[in-house]
Order: sequence, then C-alpha cells, then structure tokens
Amino acid sequence: MSELLRIDNISYSYHSLEGETPALVDVSFHVNDGEFVGIVGPSGCGKSTLLSLIAGLLTPSSGSIYINGKDIKSSGKNIGYMLQKDHLLEWRDTLRNVTLGMEIQNKLSDNSYVHINELLNTYGLITFKNSYPSELSGGMRQRAALIRTLLLEPDILLLDEPFSALDYQTRLEVADDIWGIIRKEKKTAILITHDISEAISMSDRVIILTKRPGSVKRIIDIKLSITDPTPFRARSAPEFTDYFNLIWKELNNLEQKE
Amino acid sequence: MSRRNRKVTSESLDISAAQKAYIKKHILQNRRIRTIQIMILIGFVAFWEISTYIGIVDPFIFSSPSRVVNTIVQMTVDGQLFYHLGITLYETLLSFALVNLIGLLVAVILWWNETISKILEPYLIVLNSLPKSALAPVFIVWLGNNMKTIIVAAISVALFGTIITLHSDFKAVEEDKIKLIYTLGGKKKDVLLKVILPANIPSMISLMKVNIGLSLVGVIIGEFLAAKAGLGYLIIYGSQVFKLDYVIMSIVILCIVATGLYKLLAYFQKKYTR
Repeated sequence: MSELLRIDNISYSYHSLEGETPALVDVSFHVNDGEFVGIVGPSGCGKSTLLSLIAGLLTPSSGSIYINGKDIKSSGKNIGYMLQKDHLLEWRDTLRNVTLGMEIQNKLSDNSYVHINELLNTYGLITFKNSYPSELSGGMRQRAALIRTLLLEPDILLLDEPFSALDYQTRLEVADDIWGIIRKEKKTAILITHDISEAISMSDRVIILTKRPGSVKRIIDIKLSITDPTPFRARSAPEFTDYFNLIWKELNNLEQKE
Repeated sequence: MSRRNRKVTSESLDISAAQKAYIKKHILQNRRIRTIQIMILIGFVAFWEISTYIGIVDPFIFSSPSRVVNTIVQMTVDGQLFYHLGITLYETLLSFALVNLIGLLVAVILWWNETISKILEPYLIVLNSLPKSALAPVFIVWLGNNMKTIIVAAISVALFGTIITLHSDFKAVEEDKIKLIYTLGGKKKDVLLKVILPANIPSMISLMKVNIGLSLVGVIIGEFLAAKAGLGYLIIYGSQVFKLDYVIMSIVILCIVATGLYKLLAYFQKKYTR
C-alpha cells in the first residue's frame, strides 16, 4: 500500500484575548491508500482541529500536510469531510441535498444524474429522492450525508464522530452501512471517535492522542481474525477485547499522569 | 376552520367514537368562539347606532355606523374613496417593498463584513430606538410637502428594526451548517446563497408581516403632515372641518386594509414555509 497522506510535525494554537491555547503539538503520522484509520483521545484533545487542518479549513501554526507527497495547498486533491451531524438542509429534498456539494463546485450537469441515481439506488434512498430530511430516519440521513460527500469523489474521507448523534442501535447499523459504503467505493478514511469499540471495529489502525495539547501517544495496528468482516462482526472477534483493554489502558494512563 | 374539520369527519368513517366525540367537541368550541366574536362586533355596531338615535352620544362628533356606510357609498359613487385608498395603498406597498429590499441588502452587507457591522452598531441602535415621528417634520423641510416625505417617513419607521433583526437572525444560523459549506469546497458567497438566505426565509416572512403594519403606520403619520390625498389626509382633513364621518370611515377602512394586508402575508407564509 502506498502512502497517501502524511502529517508532518504539525502544531496548532487557538488565540483569544485570554491567551493562547495550544490544541495540537508536533503531531506526525501517515495514512496509506485505501486504509481506514481511527483516531481516539480524551475530549478536547484537538481531534476535530486535526481534521479541520487536514481539510484545509485551518492552517497549521507549524508543520506540513502532504497528500501524495505534495503540500496540501497545492495538491488540488479533494477531501471529503463528514461532520458530527448530517446537517442536511431541511428546505431541500434528498436529491437536492446530496447534490449540494456538486452544485457548489459547479460539477452538476445533466449527465451527473445517472451516477447520482445509481448511488441513491444502491444505498436505499431512491424512493426517498423527493422527501425532505424530516421524513428520513437517522440512518437514511447519515447515508444521504455520505452520498453528498462521495459525489465529490474525495481522495480521503474525514469522519468527525459521524455517529455520535444517533441512538445506540441505529449507531451500530449505520456504522456497518457507512463502513460498507467506504470499503465498496475503495476510499481512504480517517475516523474520529471517543468510542473505543467503534474505533477498533472499523479501523485498520488506531491512533491514540494525548490530552490537550494533543500529540500522538501510540499507534496500534488492528488485526482481527474474522472472515468477511463488518464492524458489527468485528466486535465478536477473539482479539477485540485485548485491543479494547490495551487502548483503554493507554487512555487511562493519560488521565493518571495529570 | 370549522369547514375543514367537518370535512375530516365525513371523510374518515372508520374512526372511533371517542375520536369522533373529540372532533365534535373541537368543532363546537371553534363555532362558539366565532359566534361570540361576531356577536361582539354586531353588539358594538348596534350599541353605537342606537346610542346616536336615543341621544346618548352626538352623531356629529361620534358619527354612526349608518353615517359611515352612507359616506362609504357616497364616496365610492364619486370615486373619491378609491382615489384616497389607492394613494395610501400605493405609498404603503412602495415603502414596504423598499424597507424589505434595503433592509435585506444592508443586513447582508453587515453579515458579510463584521467590521462594518461593529462600526455601525451604535448608530443602528440609536436610529432604531428614536421615535421616528420626531423625524417627520424634518423630512418635510428637507424633502418638501409631497409623497417623497411620506415614503421616507414610512421607510424610517420600519427600516432599522428590520436591519437589526435580519442581521441577528443571519448570525444565529448554526455554525456547523456554515462549516458544511466550506467542507464542500464553498466560499462565503455559497454560505450566503445556500445556507444563510434560505434558512432565513421563514424569519424574513414573519418580519414582513410586522413591516406591512409598520409601513402603514409610517404612511399615515406622513399623510397627517405632508399630503394632499390618502386616508391619513382624509382623517386630518375630516377632523379639521368637523366632518367626523370622514375620520371614522377612514379608520374603518384602515382596519380593513391593515387586516387584509396582514392576511395576505400570512397566506404567503403558509404557502412558503412547511
């Protein structure tokens, strides 16, 4: 697997009149093409800041981010960002919601609708094409949000606790759904979560961040011995508990050091 | 309202007795309210008419329903009513349109540029809290005894509140919805067009409901001071020459116009917001 994304010694601080708050300090890691990387850490450790930096919404105070060896600013690569909530616009129907990104980037043409309908069909939204967000279930809304992101053909998908707004049962189902879609579309993804089980069940690697200011504490490769994996089945893999305990201990160590 | 409910009962025959009873009670209640409302109106008009007949009040000063109706008929026949009504409506709708247009434009500018909004904030607050009727005489001196003064006076009544309300509504849009547009590769222009404006259509319409009333207030104030025609002019003229029939009739017409304009916007609100 080739390296797609390289985070090189980045730091970031927020400024306010009360002073400077370092959010991230010297964070470095890489993500390979087609890999699913989970990032866990205590709340307020700068996880969301990290994604905003990768997405180019913020500029690092120091350090660089490379995609395919090129600096993120000049790489021209597309990065898909899924926020905590689906943020479907309630005045648009499903079709106009999923095409929002294409509309903004002027990529929408009459030919696009074949592909759009295909995706809606594959992911069970075709009959809800003209429904408004309030008529969709939590899972359907999240899938619509993912399709909205996928239609921009991102090279990397950033998932910022995309399931945290859902109830537990829906959460497990949607995690399977979204994971399946990402694998099927062969996308590279970075998932931020505070749910250890979710990180293990979905990721190839888990990166543990320290408390604020965040830096990389440890990176753990996840290898589960199950056939035909899905995030839900992964939870019953024999190694699952060991990984859970390992990550739990790392996170707990952070607490005690304070 | 009650008509629609009756339709519900006749169409859904498979509903339970308890539900039927509930709906029946609801209809009865609505009908009772409507009946009392109409009775109050009839009672008031009848009391007014009778008291002028038996001499409790002087119809010369208080006018009377029959005299108002007579005046309406008479002024409709000679075309005066529609002339004055037309002028007032024209001025109201023009200032209403201008208030909304200018208000939206300025609110967008303030949203777009936070520095400008901060610089202008104290001025907007002062202008908004200033009683605008105090400005009307100034407008007469500056703009003359004509329609321009009336329009400007009417605009000044509603404009600053519109700007302040719209701007704060714009700023109240969920931060993450704005972030969404940026994550999809959008610029500030896209945030405005795809999120801020469409998200605020309901608040713009309810603001318009307020503004139509305020525009009418402004136009009447303006017509009191600087007009040769219009319902406000008619009121002032009527009171000066002791033709109270003119005054009361104009007020009755104003009630109807104000309600009509409000209902028109309420209809649009229902149509455009789900």
